[in-house]
Amino acid sequence: MKLRYLWIALFVLSVISIFVGVQDLTPLDLFRLGDGQSLILLSSRLPRLISIIIAGSSISICGLIMQQLSRNKFVSPTTAGTMDAARLGVLVSLLIFASASPLIKMLIAFAFALGGTLLFMKILDSIKMKDTIFIPLVGLMFGNIISSVATFIAYKYDLIQNMSSWLHGDFSMIVSGQFELIYISIPLLIFAYLFADKFTIAGMGEEFAKNLGLNYQQVVRIGLAIVAMVTASVVLTVGMIPFLGLIIPNIVSIYQGDHLKKSLSHTAVLGAVFVLFCDILGRIVIYPYEISISLTVGIIGSGIFIYLLLRRRAYDT
Amino acid sequence: MIRVNHLFKKYGRKQVIEDVSIQIEKGKITSFIGPNGAGKSTLLSMISRLIAKDAGEITIDDQDLTKSKNRDLAKKISILKQSNFTTLRLTVRELVSFGRFPYSQGKLTETDWKHVDEAIRYLNLEDIQHRYLDQLSGGQQQRAYIAMVVAQDTEYILLDEPLNNLDMKHAVQIMKILRRLVDDLGKTVVIVIHDINFASCYSDHIVALKDGKVVREGAPHEMIHSSVLKEIYNMDFNVERFNNHRICLYYT
Amino acid sequence: MTPKAKTILLTAVSAVVVTIYLFLDLGGNWDYALPRRIAKVLAMILTGGAIALSTTVFQTITNNRILTPSIMGLDSLYLLIQTVVIFMVGSTTLTMMNNHIHFLMTVGIMILFSGVLYKVMFRGGRNVYFLLLIGIIFGTLFQSLSSFMQILIDPNEFQIVQDKMFASFNNINTDLLWIAGALILAVTLYFLRFAKYLDVLSLGRDQAVNLGVEYDYVVKQFLIIIAVLVSISTALVGPITFLGLLVVNVTYEFMKTYRHRYLLTGSLLISVITLVGGQLIVEKVFTFTTTLSVIINFVGGVYFIYLLLKGSRT
Repeated sequence: MKLRYLWIALFVLSVISIFVGVQDLTPLDLFRLGDGQSLILLSSRLPRLISIIIAGSSISICGLIMQQLSRNKFVSPTTAGTMDAARLGVLVSLLIFASASPLIKMLIAFAFALGGTLLFMKILDSIKMKDTIFIPLVGLMFGNIISSVATFIAYKYDLIQNMSSWLHGDFSMIVSGQFELIYISIPLLIFAYLFADKFTIAGMGEEFAKNLGLNYQQVVRIGLAIVAMVTASVVLTVGMIPFLGLIIPNIVSIYQGDHLKKSLSHTAVLGAVFVLFCDILGRIVIYPYEISISLTVGIIGSGIFIYLLLRRRAYDT
Repeated sequence: MIRVNHLFKKYGRKQVIEDVSIQIEKGKITSFIGPNGAGKSTLLSMISRLIAKDAGEITIDDQDLTKSKNRDLAKKISILKQSNFTTLRLTVRELVSFGRFPYSQGKLTETDWKHVDEAIRYLNLEDIQHRYLDQLSGGQQQRAYIAMVVAQDTEYILLDEPLNNLDMKHAVQIMKILRRLVDDLGKTVVIVIHDINFASCYSDHIVALKDGKVVREGAPHEMIHSSVLKEIYNMDFNVERFNNHRICLYYT
Repeated sequence: MTPKAKTILLTAVSAVVVTIYLFLDLGGNWDYALPRRIAKVLAMILTGGAIALSTTVFQTITNNRILTPSIMGLDSLYLLIQTVVIFMVGSTTLTMMNNHIHFLMTVGIMILFSGVLYKVMFRGGRNVYFLLLIGIIFGTLFQSLSSFMQILIDPNEFQIVQDKMFASFNNINTDLLWIAGALILAVTLYFLRFAKYLDVLSLGRDQAVNLGVEYDYVVKQFLIIIAVLVSISTALVGPITFLGLLVVNVTYEFMKTYRHRYLLTGSLLISVITLVGGQLIVEKVFTFTTTLSVIINFVGGVYFIYLLLKGSRT
């Protein structure tokens, strides 16, 4: 697939996304914007579109980086506890630092996400059986445990329902003034792009990387820090989006191969296209109501994940 | 006698065994040799019903393998795979006693324990029979597993690369034990083996596989020739005679 | 200490814990409080036993000490069923609804789900890890669905869902207890026919086949037994995901044997001690401010991470 087609798809879907919604807004209106319409456009539709594109592409790239570093196709923010750890961090920051600025809250979520991911990487090291299937299994269990810790806290403060609604991935609550935190992903993605070659080498293994004169530990730490930071900002602004970071890089790898620098741009654009598509779908299926992005991506994503697993097995045996 | 007729096996799109027909005589050591990926282990696993075949027929003493009850087969044929890594906290004696499961279903009788004792003695494991497996060296572990197979008391004993990861001393020890099993106890032994000189010195019959097919088979003195080996491995061999054995030199 | 002596010790400890739980602060309330406490203890023995048995067997057939059948998606499915029922018909209908029907329906759907999962997996000749991974993916999906619905539910109604989210022994319905008990007993009797294979299965598939076990058939029976046990115990009290993992690993550490007659009785007893002892702490120390399952999931989860980091026997 050519990158160009992905860009075209992204453009078309973006246009659709702007004009789908309960409040009428037609392309013709653009030329004679009334106050109400420009308000909808600027404070709701555009922020929504921007956050979708950033969330979609950045979470997908996080997955790609994690897969390179762990040398396992099925490691991703969902299957390594990163999302759950970020969620726990958000919960803690909301409880203990309720009055802190969003940036501080994000830093706390970031610290948790980074801690969770590092712990998982450490677990990976001590697992003897490196079965491709077994690793995501452990990662998902690990995520369940972290969320059971979150539940433990939430239960104590009687916040269970609130926690579900805060952190359930949903773009419908995105309005200007509340989503700007997600912009932090952009410089991080550029940074990831500059580091791409080093991630590729680090992915070949510690000894291999050292042999080529690379500071392996440092590269891994930078990679995981990017992943944790991006995940924290997305979880805080949008919520949990399951399996996204897993399926997009895998799809790209099927048609594009595994060279990181080449697949980065594909992954980013495809991730944005996918989330945008899911979002539009969620908005029109039970119009005028909405299905949350967490659910649409959850359903479609788990379907694709299972397909990927079945496909891999067919190759193996 | 084990008969294999027109056996086929595919992994995905790769044909690993293609139209293999062989006979394994009783009371002999038969060795499967061949380059990596030739299908040796797959063939052995199918004969020992660890993996299913795609097509063809395998009979043991004229009984079709697929039509036999597994419990009865376990009294007739035993298999030892190459990686017998267990995390269980098991003593040597406990492991060997598992060999009696086909007869006792877990409730060992006096006769069963007699077999266990004999097997332990046969492999010189008396001193370490109460030690835990994870405290033993690779050679000792391998001997413990072979003792289990001996306690299982089957006519046919199949081993997949029994010398894997063993040093020279232990490798020779294992091969001598296998020879004794055949010569003294009248067992039939089938092994997959990489070291061609061990195959030459200890087998009665050698089957050479390549790309899933049998390329040649015969007694060691027929098989260990530079021309035959070249056909199997695609490289040059010098074959020397030494103490009535044929030894291959291929290191330089 | 021999495994036998350890078993006797565990029996004594669990007897003591159960006695303390039954009679502490009873204050002559023999007619009202005692029968209720007995019902709770029975429920704990039933679920504890079912979970201990299913996790032990599961770990043996997967040859793995860090897996538990509870993560196969059944817990999330249970929650989804409860959420859907409340979402669709409201909590009043749920409380009106005949308890037996609700219980049997929940068990039925969960067994049906595992049946479909097994069927798909076995037709492709795939391994148990694969089965588990597919199960846990479905689990995540069920969670997304439930949390989507939970947001839309009226907060008062949500309270009912929340009660279902955590296993609780506080409101045991005695009628259901008998039904669940009879079902678990029947499954256990069926299980005993295959129990002799467990020791051999712990040597791994190849050795089990070599020693004459009809491997595929036996493992299938065990998996069905596990699904039924997990379904019944979850439907009876609610999900306690990490209880099995905690109990079975403690059992391995304590019993230091591979023999399942000791492992199974040991894990049953440790399970009872954990549940009854934990409930005692929840009632007397925390005075019901938290629930048993939240604590067990917390402790079990942390212990699991410790096991992973220790990296042993995985």
